Amino acid sequence: MSMLNFDKKVIPLDEWVQTFVDWLVFNHRDIFQAIKAPIELCLKGFEWVFTGLPPALVILVFVVAAWRYAGKGVALFSFITLMLVGFLGLWEETMITLAMVISSVFFCALAGIPLGIMAGRSDRFELLLRPVLDAMQTIPPFVYLVPVVMLFSIGTVSGILATIVFALPPIVRLTSLGIRQVHPELIEAALAFGATSGQVLRKVQFPLALPSIMAGLNQTLMMALSMVVIAALIGAGGLGNPVVQGLNTLEIGLATIGGLAIVLLAMMLDRITQSFGKK
Amino acid sequence: MSSEVKIAVKNLFKIFGPSPKKALSLLEQGLDKEAIFEKTGTTVGVQGASFAIQTGEIFVIMGLSGSGKSTMVRMLNRLIEPTAGQVMIDGEDIVSMNAEQLVSLRRKKMSMVFQSFALMPHLTVLQNAAFGLEMDGVDKPTREARALRALEQVGLDAWAASMPHELSGGMQQRVGLARGLAVDPDILLMDEAFSALDPLIRTEMQDELLKLQAKAKRTIVFISHDLDEAMRIGDRIAIMEGGRVVQVGTPEEILQNPADDYVRAFFRGVDPTNILSAGDIASDTQVTIPITDGRSPRAALQRLIKNDRDYGYVVDTDRQFKGIVSADSLRELLDQDEQPHLIPNAYLDDVVTAQSSDSMQDILPEVASHPWPLPILDDSGTYLGAISKNLFLRTLHRSQPEQPPATETTETTDHGAH
Repeated sequence: MSMLNFDKKVIPLDEWVQTFVDWLVFNHRDIFQAIKAPIELCLKGFEWVFTGLPPALVILVFVVAAWRYAGKGVALFSFITLMLVGFLGLWEETMITLAMVISSVFFCALAGIPLGIMAGRSDRFELLLRPVLDAMQTIPPFVYLVPVVMLFSIGTVSGILATIVFALPPIVRLTSLGIRQVHPELIEAALAFGATSGQVLRKVQFPLALPSIMAGLNQTLMMALSMVVIAALIGAGGLGNPVVQGLNTLEIGLATIGGLAIVLLAMMLDRITQSFGKK
Repeated sequence: MSSEVKIAVKNLFKIFGPSPKKALSLLEQGLDKEAIFEKTGTTVGVQGASFAIQTGEIFVIMGLSGSGKSTMVRMLNRLIEPTAGQVMIDGEDIVSMNAEQLVSLRRKKMSMVFQSFALMPHLTVLQNAAFGLEMDGVDKPTREARALRALEQVGLDAWAASMPHELSGGMQQRVGLARGLAVDPDILLMDEAFSALDPLIRTEMQDELLKLQAKAKRTIVFISHDLDEAMRIGDRIAIMEGGRVVQVGTPEEILQNPADDYVRAFFRGVDPTNILSAGDIASDTQVTIPITDGRSPRAALQRLIKNDRDYGYVVDTDRQFKGIVSADSLRELLDQDEQPHLIPNAYLDDVVTAQSSDSMQDILPEVASHPWPLPILDDSGTYLGAISKNLFLRTLHRSQPEQPPATETTETTDHGAH
């Protein structure tokens, strides 16, 4: 058909986006600096704790926590993991990644749990939120790395922000699911005894949704860890660095130990946090 | 029973679906449920229900599933918003209450027991029992003390620290009951509260409820689909069908005069001898003979002949029962030479009486073993009426739908000279 001619671009969406982001960067830098500040503070705090403390103490804390919440096996596994990354010469990187991941998860929980609760209690909000979450999970991270770097410049904070975008959906979804899974009879019973909407949430819905919320937290943590390498591309540092460096210089050995450390760290954190939900 | 009205439901409607107002106007035009569903896609849950519940009575709302009884009870505390009509509790229309007033009403005045128990799985038995008080902001020591007292009432104080899933179904529902009692409500709504329990436990719980009710009178609205349960515990029963309240009355009233075939079908297979007492069926259609107004035996005989009866029931001016005379015994007396002829001399031997509270089962041997109808007296010995073999059998067959219901009022009555 001659009428349909795709030779020429009709919708210059790329230009619009470019113009919009440029405009944001030039006119509203202050807003983004304000967003940056708390993330930076949180990250620095965790970094200071993990890299400042003597490694023996950090290992002790993790092993004790694993023992207490997840049992002997996980405690042993945690001990081996942390000793190994130390012997591989990746202690510093591991601690930076840990601080980054924990900061990301902290902000994901801070935003995700309230969003999930709202979505769990309102069908309309859930309907609005769902396509946004779908987009966050399916857009390749490289697409939003560019505007994130433009707005927040290169560095660990940008890495954390990209990680938050990627890792937020599971905790929102599983919080919403947990709230929705509470038996309607229990809510009816609470209302019949004169519970207000806030009391229904605090006394019935939230406590009963807690295992699901914990599962969401665990998933968010796992996704945050999977962003470590991509975050390193925009200068986030940590365990992603040896991998990226290995990729750039074709040093397979360097990439391997970086990857191994990420996987071991992921397994350790997964086993420990999974046990929170079961408690 | 006090005749104070606790809950008055006036012309209450609930219509589920997209256009309740339209459905309401169609209902007013006289369309039925099915036609309205086809036209508007809305479901009529309850239509035009009106009844009054007295303070301190157990009021059973009975119907099959889909009859609207669960919707009805949820409109009494507005877990379901009525579409139209009023629910007056202590004279206040709760339908027009704002959220704050409603919360206060639910906390202070009424509580609810659910078919599925609806205990909070993350709270202990004690915390569950204290739930209503916690919502009301009662401090922890006070509410736990009160919850423990409520658990004592249902015999579960030893289980206070357990989790609900550790208890059996019957015990869980006792916790549900304790949760309802702990807030010390005027009104207890019980939605099929015992239906999920097995029959033995159910009967036990019914007895428990009656025992609690004997100690502290509350107004209980009990939803049930089980007729035996309704009969056992209900002071009065409302029968619902297709969203309408088709009949309200005491179990005896409904059993004796079912409003329609639906109600009659409900009572089919019910053994009336368990439910009806002698006082319920006693008929005051026998000839009574007052003895203190100077009537002679001859006048008494005339009365029997005129009414075509063989037996006369002798009462004094206070209607205290004195004895039974028969036409034969009066004639024998009149044939005797010695004067004066006094009615007491014509009393039949071997006369027994029954109390109005005796069950039909109790009086069966007496009704069967004497030729005359069995006289029924109240506690103070006042004559209430008599039960003939014929009347007894008719009552037994009353619940059979093939038989047209016999009505006592069409028979000729003679209340004696008073």
